[in-house]
Amino acid sequence: MSKLFVEASPHIRSPRTTKNIMLDVIIALCPALVASIVIFGYKAAVLVAVCVASCVLFEFLFNKIVKKKGTVSDLSAVVTGMLLAFNLPADLPVYMAVIGGFVAIVIVKCLFGGIGQNFANPAITARIVLMLSFTASMTSVWAKPMAWLDKTDAVTSATPLNVLASGEGELPSLMDMLLGLRGGCLGETCIAALLIGGIYLICRRVIRPITPICFIGTVALLTFFSGGFDVNYVAYQVMGGGLVLGAFFMATDYSTTPMTDKGNVIFAIGCGVITFLIREFATYPEGVSFSILVMNCLTPLIDRFTASKPFGAITPKKEGKKE
Amino acid sequence: MSKLHSVKLPHYSASAEQSTRKIPAPEVVAISMAQHIGAPCEPCVAVGDSVKVGQKIGDSEAFMSAPVHASVSGTVKEIRDVMNVFGRICKTVVIANDNKNEMYEGIKPPKCDTREEFLKAVRESGAIGLGGAGFPTHVKLAFDKSKVNIEYLLLNGAECEPYITSDYRELMENSDNVLAGIDLIMQKLEIPNAIIGIEEDKPAAIDKLTKLAIRYPNISVQKLPGAYPQGAEKVLVHSLTGRVVSEGKLPSDVGCVVMNVSTAGFIYSYIKTGVPLVKRRITIDGNIVNNPANFFIPVGTLLHSIVGFADVRKQPDRIVLGGPMMGSCAFDPDTPLGKTNNAVLLFADTKKAEPTACIRCGRCVRACAANLMPTELESAFDARDVKELQRLKVNLCVNCGACSFVCPAKRNLAEKNQLAKDFLREATAPKK
Repeated sequence: MSKLFVEASPHIRSPRTTKNIMLDVIIALCPALVASIVIFGYKAAVLVAVCVASCVLFEFLFNKIVKKKGTVSDLSAVVTGMLLAFNLPADLPVYMAVIGGFVAIVIVKCLFGGIGQNFANPAITARIVLMLSFTASMTSVWAKPMAWLDKTDAVTSATPLNVLASGEGELPSLMDMLLGLRGGCLGETCIAALLIGGIYLICRRVIRPITPICFIGTVALLTFFSGGFDVNYVAYQVMGGGLVLGAFFMATDYSTTPMTDKGNVIFAIGCGVITFLIREFATYPEGVSFSILVMNCLTPLIDRFTASKPFGAITPKKEGKKE
Repeated sequence: MSKLHSVKLPHYSASAEQSTRKIPAPEVVAISMAQHIGAPCEPCVAVGDSVKVGQKIGDSEAFMSAPVHASVSGTVKEIRDVMNVFGRICKTVVIANDNKNEMYEGIKPPKCDTREEFLKAVRESGAIGLGGAGFPTHVKLAFDKSKVNIEYLLLNGAECEPYITSDYRELMENSDNVLAGIDLIMQKLEIPNAIIGIEEDKPAAIDKLTKLAIRYPNISVQKLPGAYPQGAEKVLVHSLTGRVVSEGKLPSDVGCVVMNVSTAGFIYSYIKTGVPLVKRRITIDGNIVNNPANFFIPVGTLLHSIVGFADVRKQPDRIVLGGPMMGSCAFDPDTPLGKTNNAVLLFADTKKAEPTACIRCGRCVRACAANLMPTELESAFDARDVKELQRLKVNLCVNCGACSFVCPAKRNLAEKNQLAKDFLREATAPKK
C-alpha cells in the first residue's frame, strides 16, 4: 500500500475559501463599476485600475520586503483597491489615488499584520487620510454625471447631501438618485447597481443582511424624525452619500467588524447613529466613513461584551469570602 | 427552546439502500483488550489455546470496563502490544481463524429477572456504545435510582455524519429487535418513556419505526433536523427534551439516558441468544469505492482485510476510521478494527488543508453547537493562556469538527481545541 496520509479530523472541508469569498465581493462590485464607467466615463475605469494595481503592488512589495509569504493571490488587495476607488471622486489626480493605495495597504493593513489583523477598514481609512490631506480635490470637485457624452469636463460643486445641508442648489430627481445620475464618489452613486451587488453577496452568504438593514434602517429612522416625517427627505438621505456602499460593502468587512450576530447589530446601529449625527450636526455633509471608522475602533470591545455564552456553561460565581 | 448552532454537511449516503452483507472470513483477527473508554481488559487465554466464537478472552475487575470475546474460532497465535483505533497501545490477542466458526459451548441466554441480573448480563455481553465513543453500556445503565430520576431513554439514530449508514441499516433491518431492546431496557430499569431520534434525511426509517412503535405506548419516534452535529449527546438531549446538560454533568443529571439504536438492538439479541458482541456492522465507502455498502465484520478484523476486500478504483491514500467529521486517519494498515468502528472510508486524491490567516469572518462562531468561539480559542491556545482557555470553556468542545469544516481559511480549529484541552488538563493538574 502506498503511503497513508494522516491528518486530524475533520477530513472534509467546505468549498468556501478566503479567495472565493473575495472573488464574490469583486463580482458584487462589478455592477457598480460598470455603472460608474457609464456615468463618469473612462476616467472612472482609469481610477479603479490605478487603485487596484497600486494596492496589489504595495501588498506584493511589502510581503517581499518583510519576507512574508505572498498573500496577493487571496484577492483581498483587489477588493481593497476597488473599494478605495469607489470612495474617491472620479476627477481625483492619479497620484493621490496611489497615495491612498499606500495608506490602505501598507499602513492600515500590512503593518498591522495583514489580512484579518487590521482593526480599521483600509479603504475607508485611506479615504479619510486623503480627505484630510487633499481636502479640495476630495470634497469639492465632483464630476457632472454623463458629462463625457458632451466631451466636456464639467464639474459641479455640490452633491445631493451638500444641497440638503446648505439648502442651495438643485436636487436630482429620486429616479436619478437611484440610477446614480448625481455628483458623488465614483462608486457610491448608482444605488441600483450597489443593491444588485449587495443582494448577490447575501444570496451567496458572504454577508448577512443584518448589518446593512440595521445601518440603513437606523439612518432612515433618525432622519424620518429629524426631517419632520418627510419620506422624500429620508429617501435622499438614504440614497445620498456613501450610505448604501458603506452599509453593504464596508460595514460588512470581516476583519474590522464584530463576529457575533448581536455584535453586528450593535455595530450597525452605532454606524447609523454616528452617520446621522455627523450629517445633521457636524460641518461635514457626509458621515459614513467616519462612523464606520469609529465603530471599527470599538469592535474589540463589542466582541468582548457580546461573546457567545457556551451551551451549558456554568459561570463561576464571583469569588466570595472564604469561610 | 433556543436553537443551537449547526452546519449543513454534504450528503453522501450511497451505501444506505444496500442490505448488509458479510465479508469473507479473515484469516486472523487481532482483538484489542481496550475496545472501550475505561480500563483495558487482561487476557484470560494463553498462546496456543483454542478458542471458539463467543468465548471470553479478556476481562477486567474495573467497573468502567467490559469483557471481550473471541470473534472467530481457532487458535491463539500470539498476545502482543498493538496500537488500537483510539491510538492506545495495549495487549491484543491474535487468533488464527480455523474457519469452522464453532460457537462456544457456554453460550446460553442469560438469566435476567431482576435489575441486577440484567445489568450483569449487559456487562457480560461486552456491550459498549456502538455509536463510536465506546462507553461501556452497563456503566451507563447502572445509574443510582436513589440519586437520579431517569424519565427518558433517548435512542440516538441521528447518524449525522456523511457516508455512515450503519445505524440506518440497523433501523431498517433489525427494527423489531431495536424496539424490543428498548422495551426490555425500559422494563428492567423502570424508565417510563423512550424517544427514538432519527434525522429527517432518513424518512424510510422514521416511517418504519413510527409504524412499529405503535405497539409500544411509551416509545415514540421523533424527527430530528438534518443539522450537524445532531448526534452529539448534549445536542440530542436538547433536541429531544429541551433539557440542557450543564458543564461537567451527565445526561442522567437531567433525567435522560442516551443510547445508540444499534446498542439497543444488540442488547435484545444478547438477552435472547446469549451471543456476546463479536461482530458489528460497518459502512465501507469513500470517493474510490465502487459499491458502497454495509458489512458485518468480526471484532478484530484487520484494516487491510477490509481494504483488500473493498472494490476500489484506485489505491487509497487516506483511510478514515469512523466518519469524515470525527473519525481518525489510520496510520497502519494492520490496525485491528474494534467494537466502536462504524465505518471505514477510503479516499484517494485528497488534499491536505493549507491554513491561511484567519479573516475573522465568524463562520466558526456561528457553526459551534456548543456556542464556543473557536477562533478565539485558537489564539488563546497559541498564547498558551490558561485563564483565557478556561474562560472560553474549551472543555465544552465535543470535537465535532464543524468549525474546521466551515473555515474559509482552512484553519485546523478543531484540532487546536483538542490540543488545548490536553494542554489545559496538564497545566491545571495538581503538582506532585
